[in-house]
Amino acid sequence: MGADSSLRSRFEHGLDAPICLTWELTYACNMSCSHCLSASGRRDPRELTTAEARTFIDEVAAMRVFYINVGGGEPMIRRDFFELVGYAVDRGVGVKFSTNGTRIDAGAAKRLASMDYLDVQVSLDGADASTNDRLRGAGSYAAARRAMEHLADADFGEFKISVVVTRENVTQLDDFAAIAAHYGAQLRLTRLRPSGRGVDSWADLHPTREQNRSLYHWLIDHPRVLTGDSFFHLSPLGQPLDGLNLCGAGRVVCLVDPVGDVYACPFVIHERFRAGSIRDGGFGAVWRSSELFGSLREPGSAGACSACGSYDACRGGCMAAKFFTGLELDDPDPECVYGLGEAALAAHPVSIRPRSAPDHSRARVRSLSVPESLR
Amino acid sequence: MADDPRPFARTEHWALSDEVSMRDESFGALAYHHGTRRLVFVKSPLLVDVVRRLGDYDNVDDALGALVQPADRERYALALAALADSEILRGC
Repeated sequence: MGADSSLRSRFEHGLDAPICLTWELTYACNMSCSHCLSASGRRDPRELTTAEARTFIDEVAAMRVFYINVGGGEPMIRRDFFELVGYAVDRGVGVKFSTNGTRIDAGAAKRLASMDYLDVQVSLDGADASTNDRLRGAGSYAAARRAMEHLADADFGEFKISVVVTRENVTQLDDFAAIAAHYGAQLRLTRLRPSGRGVDSWADLHPTREQNRSLYHWLIDHPRVLTGDSFFHLSPLGQPLDGLNLCGAGRVVCLVDPVGDVYACPFVIHERFRAGSIRDGGFGAVWRSSELFGSLREPGSAGACSACGSYDACRGGCMAAKFFTGLELDDPDPECVYGLGEAALAAHPVSIRPRSAPDHSRARVRSLSVPESLR
Repeated sequence: MADDPRPFARTEHWALSDEVSMRDESFGALAYHHGTRRLVFVKSPLLVDVVRRLGDYDNVDDALGALVQPADRERYALALAALADSEILRGC
């Protein structure tokens, strides 16, 4: 996007409406990925009704939010999934939805292909079954590839293959690109966050400093690969990566969870970052008046990073990554390219790490990768 | 995915792409292209007005002649060319 600095500062002070927001439709999921941001599994009995969901979409459309990222849980598990997606795109709100692909059969693929302003992101976290299924569960690689076949057969067009970059799959970037090319799809890479069940798996799964350096250069060499602006902590390594290169939490993005709670971003489903509920006076009221969002729109302090010449490039990195690793919000990012985050982590006792809450994991899946039968 | 954008020409008819949503902001507007996923700043309220009404005119020069002061027309033509380049505008 190449925002110049004056426009970036407008973003830092927040917009009257988000550019986009993430809406987790349900906490229900037929998988139990070990890095699930929303610690999903069981449906929450308080999830929004269809009528509430439509009212929410009406409000988002009136605020001219450009698009919503629909996720979960597995969003296609909701019986009103197609109804709600159709309702949004008919009102000019674009929908990108993330799915594990298990519910995309030939019929669903045709239906998706017939809709405008709709984009599908099929999750794949390994370029081969063993790498992928270690994180996402037995059979999940085959299910995702089947969904991709159906989307390609239905002439969906350029759907997205969405990869969370880990220590294990960071060596497979060219293989992911080849899989995307095979389907005429576009590759999307995002950053692993220590959120949800990732609180437990992040330390073992996040890329090493050396790997992050290779990742940065790979991204520079592959400008067509989408990143959801998620690697701005790597920008001090050279030219900035494409995107806004700032933390948009509560400023230009936010998250609405399945029960209507509004959080600052998709990676901080935790009471500390809960701004309010759309059930109390609607989404707009929360976006405009939440005390939390007000404070996030104040100029931030560079804190421990103020002595670093690269603060302008990375803005201290990701708030969620710091919070869930037990760091202070003005500490360096735990994956700071200069290793300053590792030093800060070493100085913090592991015991003070916050837990993700709420947690909808099914029994005994927390920190274990239990093979799931796929429906 | 759209085909390669056609080259911008002031003597031709251009209009806001139907794949683009544009939203007024205090500094002008934000334009979002649903196909390319690119977010673009439209940096002045007058440019926003020109972009919105461009499609009502037979060609770009006619629109600039009607909507923009003579001294500013070259500058606005460059801004429109940049928006055409990022597929916010579509030649038709």
